[in-house]
Amino acid sequence: MTMIFGVPLQALMGQLLVGLINGSFYALLSLGLAIIFGLLRVINFAHGAQYMLGAFAALLLLTVGGVNYWFALILAPLIVGLFAAVIERTMLSRLYKLDPLYGLLFTFGLALAIEGTFRYFYGASGKPYAPPPQLTGAVNLGFMFLPVYRGWVVIASLAVCIASWVLIEKTKLGAYLRAATENPVLVQAFGVNVPLLLTLTYALGAGLAAFAGVLAAPVYQVSPLMGSNLIIIVFAVVVVGGMGSILGAIVTGYLLGVVEGLTKVFYPEASNIVIFVIMAIVLILRPAGLFGKEA
Amino acid sequence: MSALLSVENLQAWYGESHVLHGVNLHVNQGEMICILGRNGMGKTTTLRSIMGILRKRSGKISFAGQDMMALPLHKTARAGLGFIPEERGIFASLSVEENLMLPPKVAEGGMSVEEIYTLFPNLKERRNSPGTKLSGGEQQMLALARILRTGARCLLLDEPTEGLAPVIIQAIGDVLVQLKARGMTVVLVEQNFRFAAKVADRFYLMDHGKMVAEFPVAELPNRMDLLHRELGV
Repeated sequence: MTMIFGVPLQALMGQLLVGLINGSFYALLSLGLAIIFGLLRVINFAHGAQYMLGAFAALLLLTVGGVNYWFALILAPLIVGLFAAVIERTMLSRLYKLDPLYGLLFTFGLALAIEGTFRYFYGASGKPYAPPPQLTGAVNLGFMFLPVYRGWVVIASLAVCIASWVLIEKTKLGAYLRAATENPVLVQAFGVNVPLLLTLTYALGAGLAAFAGVLAAPVYQVSPLMGSNLIIIVFAVVVVGGMGSILGAIVTGYLLGVVEGLTKVFYPEASNIVIFVIMAIVLILRPAGLFGKEA
Repeated sequence: MSALLSVENLQAWYGESHVLHGVNLHVNQGEMICILGRNGMGKTTTLRSIMGILRKRSGKISFAGQDMMALPLHKTARAGLGFIPEERGIFASLSVEENLMLPPKVAEGGMSVEEIYTLFPNLKERRNSPGTKLSGGEQQMLALARILRTGARCLLLDEPTEGLAPVIIQAIGDVLVQLKARGMTVVLVEQNFRFAAKVADRFYLMDHGKMVAEFPVAELPNRMDLLHRELGV
């Protein structure tokens, strides 16, 4: 058996894959958080709940509406995005003029309310969601077996991250978004409907979380608290990457996922805390984050 | 002749602080007026209130026959008012060209990108660099150019010469002369009245939140005593 640093290659590759999978979710979620924070200056604590809503939307679409995975992958982000847009328009937008703490408290409360509601109706235990038949099974890569669905998660999340990055960095809408992040008043004085841009941005961030939720449904089980465990790590990812940095959020997401996976191989006891240790080190050495601009 | 932009009894507040005490002014189509005054007299605030950036205001503002007081901020530009802030407002995360293309077109009749690059060749050369890597003068050119593209009928131009070298000030003056020849209406805020005298048709002098004098450019030589006293130059 091939060994690397005294670890079987198969175990190493297996954990690398797990790291990449987790990293995929970190990247998608921290990307949404970074976009929302950049423009709205809201620390969206409801992000984990929106991820959970995406997974539940897929589950309910399947069990109640008979809608398959592929349609759910498109429909669930749209539904959750619409829900987020309504929340932003009717409630969150009223808090922009106040201290940012109010936005944080509001979204935290919102997350508790959403998760509590789902726990009331569906209980705390996870519900299985079968991967689509096209993505079952595994392929033999020679050195390991790769479950097809897990490979799909990595590819799909990478594609969506790249698409989001292109949207923000290379399009006119993205230019509005970047400019409004710097100086929303001036952008509005140029004739851009910035309040609408804020609503769309919140919906986009929530939609990305929901997309991650649908991707996650077959990997983890669908449960009301699936997001609340993840969100803490994702906040650490955003801090390491640099608040508001889009590229930073994506790269750091995958990177920390892989680092976490490798830690499971080499020093399993530390795997639960390694991301937070890295966060602490980054905060000491580079408070603006790896990709953040010094304020 | 009815004015393109008219402001009556404009009052404005920053929080509890009452800063504009009944500003009256009007600008005719194709006219260039200049608001003079020392720092802190309310010149910038007047522009920001007309534009609707400062929302705590009262009085009457009408532009092209339209009541501007009721419009949300993003509709002011759509009505044809273009704002060029004192700090220029060039976006660091956007390239020069992205900065140039950022403000949406509000009407036909704006300059084409080719015309703008002919007028400001430096911007063309540096169109792919980040907006804030430009020199102060180039940033001012970009701030101007970006509004000229939109088809705005009236520019609110806040201290375009501030902190710039004489040769750049000269260049900006040339651009304003060209704009005037094209029939652009401009409200210019300046401390440098020698610069303004070359382009403005009419002057307002502002003191403690209201206009204290108004005179055409031809009367400037007779008003030098007043200006020296008021502006401390």
